[in-house]
Amino acid sequence: MFGNPETLAWLILFLPLLSAVGITLFTQRQPKVSALISIGAVALSFVLSCALFASLPLDKGLHEIAFQWLSVGNLEVSIGARLDGLSLMMLLVVTGVGGIIHVYSYGYMHDDASFSRFFASMSLFTFSMLGIVLANNFLQMFVFWELVGVSSYLLIGFWYERASAADACKKAFITNRLGDFGFLLGIIMVWAAAGSLNFAQLEQRFASSPEVMGAMATVAGLLVFCGAMGKSAQFPLHVWLPDAMEGPTPVSALIHAATMVAAGVYMLCRVFFMLNAPALEIISWIGGFTALLAALIAVQQDDIKRILAYSTLSQLGYMIMAVGLGGPTAAMYHLSTHAFFKALLFLGAGSIIHALHHEQDIWKMGGLKEKMPVTFWTFILGTLALAGVPPLSGFFSKDEILAAAYHHNLFLFALAVIVAVLTTFYMFRLVFVALLGKARSQAVAHAHESPGVMKFPLLILAVPTVLAGFWSIDGLFNRQFGAETSAHASNWISQIFAPFNHAPAAALAGIGAVIFGFSLALTCYQNAESDPLPKKLGFLARAMRNRFYFDELYAGLIRITQEFLASIADFLDRWIVAGLLVRGTHGTTDIAGRALRLVQTGNLQTYAFLFAAGVALVLLIVLGK
Amino acid sequence: MHVGLEHYLVVSALLFNLGLLGVIARRNLLVIYMSLELMLNAANLALVSFSRFNNNLNGQVMVFFIITVAAAEVAVGLALIVALYRKKQTAHVEDLTTMKL
Repeated sequence: MFGNPETLAWLILFLPLLSAVGITLFTQRQPKVSALISIGAVALSFVLSCALFASLPLDKGLHEIAFQWLSVGNLEVSIGARLDGLSLMMLLVVTGVGGIIHVYSYGYMHDDASFSRFFASMSLFTFSMLGIVLANNFLQMFVFWELVGVSSYLLIGFWYERASAADACKKAFITNRLGDFGFLLGIIMVWAAAGSLNFAQLEQRFASSPEVMGAMATVAGLLVFCGAMGKSAQFPLHVWLPDAMEGPTPVSALIHAATMVAAGVYMLCRVFFMLNAPALEIISWIGGFTALLAALIAVQQDDIKRILAYSTLSQLGYMIMAVGLGGPTAAMYHLSTHAFFKALLFLGAGSIIHALHHEQDIWKMGGLKEKMPVTFWTFILGTLALAGVPPLSGFFSKDEILAAAYHHNLFLFALAVIVAVLTTFYMFRLVFVALLGKARSQAVAHAHESPGVMKFPLLILAVPTVLAGFWSIDGLFNRQFGAETSAHASNWISQIFAPFNHAPAAALAGIGAVIFGFSLALTCYQNAESDPLPKKLGFLARAMRNRFYFDELYAGLIRITQEFLASIADFLDRWIVAGLLVRGTHGTTDIAGRALRLVQTGNLQTYAFLFAAGVALVLLIVLGK
Repeated sequence: MHVGLEHYLVVSALLFNLGLLGVIARRNLLVIYMSLELMLNAANLALVSFSRFNNNLNGQVMVFFIITVAAAEVAVGLALIVALYRKKQTAHVEDLTTMKL
């Protein structure tokens, strides 16, 4: 039974749903049981994913299972599972990282009153995310896409009694919907032009006749990209992600580092075949711009989670840029490694926040190295990986993106290197201020290392953070996207040096960026009492601290638009509906009644005359012809 | 002079219009009532003449019915007029405008 890939795929998908339903219906009042069910479901999904990964011969390409869901006219929609290197790797990441975060949540959320609701939402989220990963057609993907939006709404707004969390979840949901609107239009466009929603059929159709979309190819590609823009929080829809940090920290790790925001990148790789050169060009620029913008903002944030959120934005910009540069392999590689080390960083941040009784300001931390050694060292590993220090995983994946940029667009390459410098700079700012130095507040004095259930997830995640570069994840994706298989080194020592043989300029630039960024951070922030940057940079620093005023700009824009629309609606209602239609009808009836009343004389002979005249008229009409 | 269907119909139409004129122009209810009878009989005349010229007795049968019904109607109508007169002390239509709002 379990050897059958079909059964395995369905089990992986529906176990978390079962857990969500079970918890909601039966174990609301038994938090421990709920947590066990939820953790068990996702852990089992992970084990089954491993089994699936091992049992499928990936070299033979794709393996697809599906059953008919609905059929309207010539639109046939199936619910299926598309099993290839892309989706299987993503399955492992989602269930693996997700599972670790579930375990961690058990420790982090232990004193929360709505413990069961939390795990039900987490399971629902895992289910939705797995649905996106496995989707074999656009419509199924869109359905799960929206489900992810809903469950992230539930999780971000988990502490809904806080006004900021309630606002943040609404903001996230609405911003996502904005992007999804474009996504849906894109899907409809693809269906209208190519006549199918199934990825495999579409891919064949695009391969056999590249002009199938005609003049709409670029527009359709960009509309689909709109969906990715929303989920992966790319400029100009990036504003929701930092606010989403109002959710519990494990949620930030799960949704806003490892899975949900990766969905956009994953989707772009899934539909990579339909993106043409102009669309890719725009995508790469948006990605590069987002990476730079977010990295600049991250430099001046003081909230530890917000720094990580902007860092996530920036790394997502990298991935989107990589897709745009024609390197889905590099994008997915970075997505996988980023999922490991960013989840690690978020969980580490959560551990610190937990120890400091929900203090998130980095200027009130410091001196945590001795107090929380495990958190400290794993956090350092995550930071190094994010910065791209060889031989940690982040180095290899970032190097692939840099190499792709180097080969295709030198301007974007320069931009990416600047972002790499900034990345190292803001991460080490975080490390120097929040972890090293001396204690900056009373809370630190009472801090102590987190319990084992939170410590071990950090240690487990540290393993792929360090080693994922040697697992040739990129080879897996390379087979998928038919790229030339770069000569893979047979042993791990030569693997470390592979980037230097492959594209030495990119690798050296990456390492140079790390060294440069680190020395900048060292001079600015070692033993710093306050942030020296606002004095040095003046207005620029203030703009960075205020996120370049995007929120204010959007709020203003939305207010203007809304007032404009409201005034139109007001005019329509006041003059057209109430004035013309309602008063018009009533006035016409009234006047007609008053006029007809004059005819009613009450005189018998007038009626007789009118009657006779009427008959004469009818006769004239009938006989006169 | 040959007398054909047209002549009868012209007479019938003249009678009908005279009756109609009476109904519209006269003021006394009794005269109006008599004019109405005139219109009925104009119709009767037309029916009889059609019946005669088409060799079909249906028209004449119809006329008998009309005469019978008209007799009954006269009885009811006159009774109504008398009742109205007793109540209003008038039989002039100008004075009977209670149907006006």
